[in-house]
Amino acid sequence: MLQARKILTPAEVTPEIINDLTIQAATVNGSGSQTANLVLTRAIFHMGIPVAPKNVFPSNIEGLPTWYQLRVTPEGHTARSDKVDILIAFNVVTWHQDLKTVRPGGVVIHEEAFSTADARTDVNYYPVPFSKLAKTKILNDTLRKQLANMIYVGVVAGLLGIPWEALEHGVKRQFLSKPKAVQVNLDAIKVGFDYWQDNFSKKDAYRLAPMTGVVDGKVLVEGNQAAALGALMGGVTVVAWYPITPSSSLCENLIAYSERFRNDPATGARLISVVQAEDELAAVGMAIGAGWAGARSMTSTSGPGISLMAEFAGLAYYAEVPVVIFDIQRIGPSTGLPTRTSQADVGFAYTLSHGDTKHIVLLPGTVEECYEHGRDAFDYADRFQTPVFVLSDLDLGMNLWMTPEFKYPDKPFDRGKVLSKADLERLAGDWGRYADVDGDGIPYRTLPGTDHPAAGYFTRGSGHDEHARYTESADAYVRNMDRLTKKLETARHELPAPVVDESAKSLIGLIAFGSTHAAVLEARETLAAAGRPVDYLRLRALPLSDEVAAFISRHEKVYVVEQNRDGQVYDLIRLALPAELVGRVRSIRHYNGQPIPAVAISDPLLQLEAVPA
Amino acid sequence: MSVTLNRIGLTRDAYKGAATTLCAGCGHNSITNHMIKALYELGVEPHRLAKMSGIGCSSKTPAYFVETAHGFNGVHGRMPALTTGAHLANRELLMLGVSGDGDTASIGLGQFMHMIRRNIDCTYIIEDNGTYGLTKGQFSATADLGSVQKKGAVNTFQPIDPCAVALTLGCSFVARSFSGDGKQVVPLIKAALAHRGTAILDIISPCVTFNDHDGSTKSYSWVKDHEESIADVSFIPFFEEVQVDYEPGTIRDVELHDGSHILLKKLGEDHDPSDRRAAMRVIEEGRAAGQLVTGLLYLDTEMQDFATTEHIPDRPLKDLGEAELRMTKEQFARFMSEFA
Repeated sequence: MLQARKILTPAEVTPEIINDLTIQAATVNGSGSQTANLVLTRAIFHMGIPVAPKNVFPSNIEGLPTWYQLRVTPEGHTARSDKVDILIAFNVVTWHQDLKTVRPGGVVIHEEAFSTADARTDVNYYPVPFSKLAKTKILNDTLRKQLANMIYVGVVAGLLGIPWEALEHGVKRQFLSKPKAVQVNLDAIKVGFDYWQDNFSKKDAYRLAPMTGVVDGKVLVEGNQAAALGALMGGVTVVAWYPITPSSSLCENLIAYSERFRNDPATGARLISVVQAEDELAAVGMAIGAGWAGARSMTSTSGPGISLMAEFAGLAYYAEVPVVIFDIQRIGPSTGLPTRTSQADVGFAYTLSHGDTKHIVLLPGTVEECYEHGRDAFDYADRFQTPVFVLSDLDLGMNLWMTPEFKYPDKPFDRGKVLSKADLERLAGDWGRYADVDGDGIPYRTLPGTDHPAAGYFTRGSGHDEHARYTESADAYVRNMDRLTKKLETARHELPAPVVDESAKSLIGLIAFGSTHAAVLEARETLAAAGRPVDYLRLRALPLSDEVAAFISRHEKVYVVEQNRDGQVYDLIRLALPAELVGRVRSIRHYNGQPIPAVAISDPLLQLEAVPA
Repeated sequence: MSVTLNRIGLTRDAYKGAATTLCAGCGHNSITNHMIKALYELGVEPHRLAKMSGIGCSSKTPAYFVETAHGFNGVHGRMPALTTGAHLANRELLMLGVSGDGDTASIGLGQFMHMIRRNIDCTYIIEDNGTYGLTKGQFSATADLGSVQKKGAVNTFQPIDPCAVALTLGCSFVARSFSGDGKQVVPLIKAALAHRGTAILDIISPCVTFNDHDGSTKSYSWVKDHEESIADVSFIPFFEEVQVDYEPGTIRDVELHDGSHILLKKLGEDHDPSDRRAAMRVIEEGRAAGQLVTGLLYLDTEMQDFATTEHIPDRPLKDLGEAELRMTKEQFARFMSEFA
């Protein structure tokens, strides 16, 4: 085990703190700082050190403050840290505010010109004349603004002992598609690196040292990249979308991957159609039209977009049309905080649309699951002939996460119950689109274009009977709605089961889902170390598995942790529980738009579940 | 009784649907019959037809023709989105959208415009009666300024003319007709179906219950009295030869993508359907003269449709399998290693 944290003051003789620190770069949006931050991230990751970057960016193209938090831990914690060890202060507007966030004994690398008149005395300053260096040492006029950010990468490398070879790797990896840019960026990093060597001697305790073991075989992937790859491997052929943060990069990645892997070299044909729609209503409508006609189809959206899709979601539910809808959640209500993370769409998505509506919702908790759920969602949609929502969020979707490489799919597509011409001949044309032949609530369908006189049927969002005929019959309506309930009940048993870890053998349990997973993993370590180990159930789909009630029945108290104000999943769980278990369930909520840190779980639990004296 | 079969061996009855539930005398029922005639005479294979619609009286009509074809009665104003998706999933389908003026000019105006902008290969028929029938007679956005509602209210708003909107957007096929003018509607439907691209056919279709009174500009009598056809339209399908005797200079002959021909016989002033500005002028002049100008207003057979521009293969995307859609194991492994 590597060295534990200590709070330091410059006056103390400081033991080294190795590979356990959080860097916060406070920069200006649109200045190219994200590239510098990613180079730094990739360089450190290349040293075998676990990284967990979080980009906190404004809804703005250029000029507003932005922060990038790069957390490094020897254990590989990936939740957000609420402490800053090393501040890179590059933005004069937030300088005084940023300075307050640094822990005592921490490091402040700042533009030399920033005023330090009333500055703190319990941190270590390394003033660097960034603007002057950029003006005198960076000769490329057009790229000077962007390259100036690279100077701080060099300073941090000098400060923490990042080897040049790792920096080279970071730059090359970041500029994979622009190899020409590699040298100018390395030159800019060298400016900062040399400035460190020539001007500073180390006053602080932080250092990075190459590691082996924890990140071996791992890669860095954003959830939206993973979901795009999942959709590609899931066989999507019709994609309709409307740009919205934080979901846009999902479809943009999918377009980029399709250009590489979906072009038929023989004919020049594209084996996928991507439409940038006029709005989210059209986007989901196109996806539903394609699903109806038999293609694997999807849309991807966030926040306001999911609200606009409500009417069409009800049509697809009631008319039983397969479609996959990715919702990369951001903070609402309304426009909310468009570039901040949240898990507050879950309750809405689950019952999206008017009337009695209920949907399959997948809840990926890792980028690997963004890939797997993104892929398997198409099987579920086809199998259950219904919309499938994949609920990711900004934290999962737009940040890089360490992950084992994804697995190649080991099974073919499940296209569900589709009657072919031969099937219809065998049945002598005797079939009903909405008849429950197999007793599982899932009917059979035919696709337009099936060359049989009995293939055609009329799909409608109005009342229909087993043969898809218009009806306002009370009995037919109830029969159909009850079959839809049965269908979802069938699905409930086939969706990804919760992941249960009862190794703590505790009477206290946690339930969480989605990106909250990272914070739960770390909180459990903290709690165990404090003598309060807790068990854990990670939910991966709605409707709720029976495992949830079983887990609660085996524990005295179960805390549902989620990133929304109202405890939406806490409510869903209580509604589903037998009365005698309801009182066991408690709620922990985090909803300020920042990814939940582990302490938001461990602190309240340590308080509420204090070990008896 | 002898039964006449069309070129694929089907009777006219094979193109019929369920009994209509619209009011007796509704213009939409006439259009349904025109569609049955057009589809029968063209010899459209029922299984290749996809009947799409939104919400409203007009949108119910796909149930009333070609019962054996697939149909999709979606949500209000969103027929274009469903049609776009279904078309992209399977380019072999013949997309036939039926919509109303509420669908097209109000709730779904955006989708109408964007479908045109993309030039999605489909026929879009507007059964246009200037009123909301199912909700009992409110004005729609196509009602003319000064047109009078059944209970006497006068429309004070400018109408949205779907043909003028379509022309502005560069629609590749724009026509207007009247439900009572089968001689014109049937060849226009055939031409629209043969055209590759978005074909807009605005058919004035009187609502006998709520908008067929004096003072309405969408009543049978008003339209009959004020219809001004710009040319006689006839349609020669690709499987028939063009055999028409005509004096030179009296007929325009336009060949469509599939080898079919539209023949336009001059009536009065000559209208060139390849001239978009002339089409706008004809509409405006007709309006100023208090007339309803009907016929093929504009046709561009050169414009590429969306699927062609996007290099979507002729083979339906829905039929592609794992081998075509997934990376190989080797590609996948190489791709994953790029994230290191």
